[in-house]
Amino acid sequence: MANALAPQKQMTFGEGGLVLTFIALAALCIVIAAKAYTPEYAFHAYLFTAASIAAVFAIINRYYDRPAERAPLTIDGKPNYNMGPVKFATVAAMFWGIAGFTVGLIIALQLAFPALNFDLQWISFGRLRPLHTSAVIFAFGGNVLLATSFYVVQRTSRARLAGDLAPWFVILGYNFFILIAGTGYLLGITQGKEYAEPEWYSDLWLTVVWVTYLLVFLATLWRRTEPHIYVANWFYLAFIVTIAVLHLGNNATVPVSIFSSKSYIVWSGVQDAMVQWWYGHNAVGFFLTAGFLAIMYYFIPKRAERPVYSYRLSIIHFWALIFLYIWAGPHHLHYTALPDWAQTLGMTFSIMLWMPSWGGMINGIMTLSGAWDKLRTDPVLRLMVVSVAFYGMSTFEGPMMSIKIVNSLSHYTDWTIGHVHSGALGWVAYISFGAIYCLVPWLWNRPLYSLKLVNWHFWVSTVGIVLYITAMWVSGILQGLMWRAYTSLGFLEYSFVETVEAMHPFYVIRALGGFLFLCGALIMVWNLWKTVNSAEKAETAGLALAPAE
Amino acid sequence: MSLWQKHAIFEKNSIVLVIGILVVIAIGGLVEIAPLFYLKNTIEKVDGVRPYTPLELAGRNIYVREGCYLCHSQMIRPLRDEVERYGHYSLAAESMYDHPFQWGSKRTGPDLARVGGKYSDDWHRDHLRDPRSVVPGSVMPTYGFLFKTDLDFQHVAEDLKVLRLEGVPYSQEMIDNAAKDVATQASADSPDAADLAKRYPKVQAREFAGNSGRVSEADALIAYLQMMGTQVDFSIYDDKANIR
Repeated sequence: MANALAPQKQMTFGEGGLVLTFIALAALCIVIAAKAYTPEYAFHAYLFTAASIAAVFAIINRYYDRPAERAPLTIDGKPNYNMGPVKFATVAAMFWGIAGFTVGLIIALQLAFPALNFDLQWISFGRLRPLHTSAVIFAFGGNVLLATSFYVVQRTSRARLAGDLAPWFVILGYNFFILIAGTGYLLGITQGKEYAEPEWYSDLWLTVVWVTYLLVFLATLWRRTEPHIYVANWFYLAFIVTIAVLHLGNNATVPVSIFSSKSYIVWSGVQDAMVQWWYGHNAVGFFLTAGFLAIMYYFIPKRAERPVYSYRLSIIHFWALIFLYIWAGPHHLHYTALPDWAQTLGMTFSIMLWMPSWGGMINGIMTLSGAWDKLRTDPVLRLMVVSVAFYGMSTFEGPMMSIKIVNSLSHYTDWTIGHVHSGALGWVAYISFGAIYCLVPWLWNRPLYSLKLVNWHFWVSTVGIVLYITAMWVSGILQGLMWRAYTSLGFLEYSFVETVEAMHPFYVIRALGGFLFLCGALIMVWNLWKTVNSAEKAETAGLALAPAE
Repeated sequence: MSLWQKHAIFEKNSIVLVIGILVVIAIGGLVEIAPLFYLKNTIEKVDGVRPYTPLELAGRNIYVREGCYLCHSQMIRPLRDEVERYGHYSLAAESMYDHPFQWGSKRTGPDLARVGGKYSDDWHRDHLRDPRSVVPGSVMPTYGFLFKTDLDFQHVAEDLKVLRLEGVPYSQEMIDNAAKDVATQASADSPDAADLAKRYPKVQAREFAGNSGRVSEADALIAYLQMMGTQVDFSIYDDKANIR
């Protein structure tokens, strides 16, 4: 304080507090590792210890390297955006994307050729399947959402990301959660709830990370110089808030001991089923839909250089979508022991959900009004528009499959898998690819290496998706029909294993489709690698562009 | 139009927007979930359903650990072909002690809700070691390692305690004897078998995996598979009893 010339460098409350917290966490984890019931859990405790110690070193190192004053909020009247965490999450998204697609290809091949399980428990289908779903949904999709949300909230608020260490804690903490979850599956640590497999300690860690995420996002909004919160941010907020609620509700669990990775979910049987699919379907609704609709509402107008088609439609779209989605869970439980009234409610709201979904699709696609010619010239925009078309297709298919009589055929079959992938590959991955093709040139201030390669990516992947979903439609409907086929004498016509054998050719075609999709993503990685490593600076610096209104 | 302008309150105030989101998403969840905890007809009273024995519970935990639920459902729907293929449709009461539920969502393999007693222990051993030795068209991975791995049950009493906390009616006696009950159920002709059967009616006790002298993970898994769906006696079950 006494030195008036240069401000004394002081450790901030955040830096000091985090260092102490991580030291305490490291100490706690060493104790847990020593007394852990299983070596697998001890391994995770050591990972936590190592990560905590690494975090302490990183924070102290950063403290010595940084200037005494904190980064200014504005430079020459322009916001001083914090894009470091965005860059990290973008790279992480591509890394996990390739990993997740590869594991998907492996398990697709395991179903066609079971010898590929290699008699090893760590890579058997039952352990790899959660690795695939978590890697693509939470690791790839999650990092895309983190990257784009931190980018969009800064640009549309014209404000620097709130917090100094907090955004890094969110990004790195989230990716550490992925690491714990993924290694856990291979070692057999799972709660046994679909799309919510990580055990209690990973869930606790994610809760801390997620609350920080919400606070960083909100605090950035509070800094905004624009009076209105842009529509994309409504969707990001709904995604962050609702995922927090769902995560806490579905993962309510009591660990056997602090020294055991095993816990027992407090819900049981029919109530657990309802809570699980309340969570499960809204992981689709809020993680894979609301979050990615936010991407649609920012990146399509930006790329097309056109305003969002209808402001009023976005208001209706937003509230109707989040209100209706939360009811749709019971359509995963048709004809089960869930009470009939709940099934009927779930079906009714699932059908109604068709309307806001298509309202959103129309709002996205019609944003191209006056710029349709760009579909011919800009493969990145084409990727995003086709993604919205896929969104429209799967949000029609979903309500149709939620009709009880249709569901009696489709449920338990590959039709569901096909439906999920038309949404996941066609909608979520394509809008993500489009956003990343936009983001990387903006963030690294380089022109995209090759639009031609984007075109290749688009077509190779699209052929892959079409092979995938058509194979699954045929196999799903075929198997559903075989299960219920009767001979003229009134006996079931097929044994179960005959219906499994009938799936084989479609499983091979599906794996081929997945392989093509992976090839497309590898083309993308190459393209982005060349972009980031090119010496050429972009003519029109992306960061100088005005936010979309 | 003035109504559209009123929406500005959400667009200009992030806390109002967050509260609005919370209110809107709370409604559907509350209406669908909360009544399941107090409407009596959600889980009808059925005779015969009892908590899992410690060995069955350990087997169930292996079932969860290996991700069996990703290919096998445990929920027979009241459709003609399913009832004929798998047996009586599943009752809510039959999974009332399942933390978590394992109804599943995909049948890459057949439903297992009533697999108990359908095949011999021998068949299960062969099938787990090499599924294609008994079902040539199967695409299931092999689970031979379960026979080589000793079951870790030194903490099994803690599992029962946690489940009692969550409402499963384990008595103090069951908890005190948990580890002993594992060994008893996995051996043939144990002198404690009668005690075990008193605590857990209709319990099956024998060397499930056929590796005498030790309790392997395969013992636990086969014990679980062999009891699945066998608790309710459907020859005396009255499906009209709970209709009011």
